[in-house]
Parts: sequence; structure tokens; C-alpha cells
Amino acid sequence: MRVIVDEEKCQGHNRCFAIAPELFDVDDYGTAIALNDGVVPAELEDKARLAAANCPEYAITIED
Amino acid sequence: MTGMYEKVLDWVNDFDHADPEYNERAHEIWAEFQGSECPVAHSERYDGLWAPFTYEMVHEIAYDTEHFSSQGVVVNTGRPIAEAPVGPAPPITSDPPFHNIARRILLPPFAPKVIAEWEPEVRRLCNELLDRMGDITEGESIVDGAVQYAQSIPVNVIARMLGFPTEDEDLFRDFVHNVLERINEPVEDREEFMQPLADYLDAQIEDHRQNPRDDLTNYLLNVEIGGNKLSDEHVRGSIVLLLVAGIDTTWSAIGSSLWHLGTHPDDLQRLVDEPDVMMFALEEFLRAYAPVTMARLVKEDYDFHGCPMKANDWVLLPFPAANRDPKQFEHATQFVIDRQENRHGAFGLGIHRCLGSNLARLELKVAVEEFVRRFPSFTVDGETRWSVGQIRGPRELPLRVLKAS
Repeated sequence: MRVIVDEEKCQGHNRCFAIAPELFDVDDYGTAIALNDGVVPAELEDKARLAAANCPEYAITIED
Repeated sequence: MTGMYEKVLDWVNDFDHADPEYNERAHEIWAEFQGSECPVAHSERYDGLWAPFTYEMVHEIAYDTEHFSSQGVVVNTGRPIAEAPVGPAPPITSDPPFHNIARRILLPPFAPKVIAEWEPEVRRLCNELLDRMGDITEGESIVDGAVQYAQSIPVNVIARMLGFPTEDEDLFRDFVHNVLERINEPVEDREEFMQPLADYLDAQIEDHRQNPRDDLTNYLLNVEIGGNKLSDEHVRGSIVLLLVAGIDTTWSAIGSSLWHLGTHPDDLQRLVDEPDVMMFALEEFLRAYAPVTMARLVKEDYDFHGCPMKANDWVLLPFPAANRDPKQFEHATQFVIDRQENRHGAFGLGIHRCLGSNLARLELKVAVEEFVRRFPSFTVDGETRWSVGQIRGPRELPLRVLKAS
């Protein structure tokens, strides 16, 4: 599984970083960045789905 | 009602969110609109005002900077004098392309990791306020969750960030009350009661120029855009924004959350028994009790889903209503303390996402945690008085303490 952040859509709500800091970081402007090229370890797949499902801007997509 | 307008009898055609009944009955009123053929209210008050109540419409307007300007974001009887795209309080009143420039100046001091460092200070402040409530007798003592607690938390934090004297907190609340609640008074009166805020800020800015220190005011005085310092109007406008946006909003969110817990003992018990549920509860408080409705000005005459909007009409963006739209959220009108999927728009949607959202979340989380730690059981006992206008939250909230630790 991979997570992809659309930086154009991200407005810095910081929901993904709060839910899954193992998978996302935020820069000085609050924009989210997917860590480790977005690769999601098996044990964090639920967290990745939760992060995507809570983005108010629909900026996170998941590739299985 | 004070102000220029009569009590509202027709919410569809003579809408006015400054009628005290609006915030008292908000959840009912929104549900009525969301269930009707026409989910948009209109009014000739304020020289033209529209209010759409569905998530879809609020979302559409929030993203549409072509037809809607942010030059004015608080509906009132006048219209902003400061011109677009800067507006009177950048970046909240700015439009593209200037908006992004002004916003990038203020994003770093409010970035998640910078704000996280304020947590111990917020916790200390909350406990100081709880201590100040004095001796508590279980089952007898009544504390005011709004007056003695919620209202003092954000004002103290933002004053410290700006480097303003925290002793002036009553003054700040008064300024903010004037800006946000006295919206239906004649323009001349508004100009008169807004003047003291401008004078106060000019004096503070001058003091920071003379005696520079490490705070947000000096940051704004020093920061540059393309090699130029910000104009005095820009600095003053951004400080107005931080003061106005940083006080009533979070105070309202804290108050509404305590109101919920004081009327829903099962949710309070769950939070006491399982403190980790706060991660979800925090977002559910924000969804179900979002305090902030924004506004826009119509740029040119525009037909919005059959609504003949005229240039310079106001349009409300009721994010709190959008957050309770059954077409967008399952069990939208229910508070689900551990709601898993929660794409709420409490902090707005699109390019104007609340700049202070990380600070607001921190304050709300810590304020509720500390209150519940001190008073693991309490109930609303007496009349709650709600605010008036675009920011919704309790201004008086009598809580009977049933258990104190």
C-alpha cells in the first residue's frame, strides 16, 4: 500500500499528521508530506486508511 | 433586539443571524433548511444577505474565489473600505494572488510543531483558572464554564503570543465583542466603537518598535515581502485578525464542548474512563459544535443555483451547518464520540483554512482534558446564554459540579 498527498489540494489541516505521524510529516507551512515515499508497512494500513478518510480536502489517496 | 433590525419572523426571506434566536435554535434551523426544497436563506438586511445551509453549497462557495471575495468576512451594516485583494485584515480578508503571499508570512509561527510547544503553558493556565474557582462542594457548587474558564484561555494565549499585556484581557474581549456581535448597528456607530481598537493597536505597535522583543508583533514588524517590510496597515490588520479570530472562536468551542458534556453524562463518563478517546472526541466536538461561520462578498451579479445574487451582497458560509448535513455525514445530528471518519469543515475549506487551527485544537483539547480531570462529573444547571452572530458558543454556562478530584 502507498499513500499519496496532493500538495495542491492540501491546505494544512494537519489531520493526517495527527492520526499517523509514522506515515506523514508537515513542513513549516503546514503542508503534508508522505514519509518513506508513501510506502505503508502492513501494520499501519488501517492508520493510513483512517488518515485518508479524515482529510477535509480529499488530498490523500491510497494505492493498494 | 438591539441594533437596526426587528425580530425575525421569516427565516427564509428575512433571515438575520444576529437575532439571538438564531444561535439558540441553530441546530433546528439548519435541519429545517437542509430538509427543504430551498436550502438558501435570503434577506434584505445588511443591504443584501444570503445563507446556504448544505455542505455541498458551502463547499462550492469556499472554493470559488472567482465569484466570491473575502474582502469582508464579518457581515455588518457597512462594507469594507480597504480594497481587495488585500482587505482590512490580511490574509483572512485577502483574495488571490495576494492572499498566498500574506498567508505564507503567518503560517510558520502557527505550524503544528511550533504550536505544540505551547502545551505546558496552556495546561498551566487551565489549572490556574480551575484553582481560582475556589473551594468546591460536590453536588452544590456551581461554576460558570464560559465566564470562569473558557473565555480566559484563548485570550491569554494570544496576548502572550503577540506580546500584549495579559491584564488587558477584558479590553480585548470588549474589542472582539464590538467587531463580532455589534454587527447590526448603524455604520457611523460602528466606526465610533471600532476606533479605540485601532488606537490601542497603534500604541502597542509603537511600543514594540521602541522596545523590540521576541513575539509575533515584532515578527510582523520585521518580516519582509520581496525585500520590503509590511505596511503599517498590513501589520495592524494582521494583528486585528489574530486578536479577533483567536479569542471568541476557541472560547466558543471550549464552552460548547463543556455544554455537551454537561448535558450528555454518558459521553462525559466515556472521556473519564477512556482518555484516549479524546483523539476522536476532539474532532467530533469540532464537527458537531463548530463555532465559526465565515462570510464572503459577491463580486459581480451572479446566479447561484437560481439565487439572483447581486454585486456586494453578503454570503454567509455556515461551516457549522455544513458539518451537520445528513447528505455529507452519517448520523449527522448525533454526537458520536469515537466517530472514525470525520472530514468536518470546522476550520473552513480551501485556501482560507483557519491559520490558527493547530493552536485552537491544542487549547480545546487541553481545556477539556483539564476540566474533566478536575471535575469528572458535572451537569448544566441553569440557563445557558449563547453568543450572537457568526461565532456560536455559550457566553454563560452554569455547571453544577457533582464530583471534584
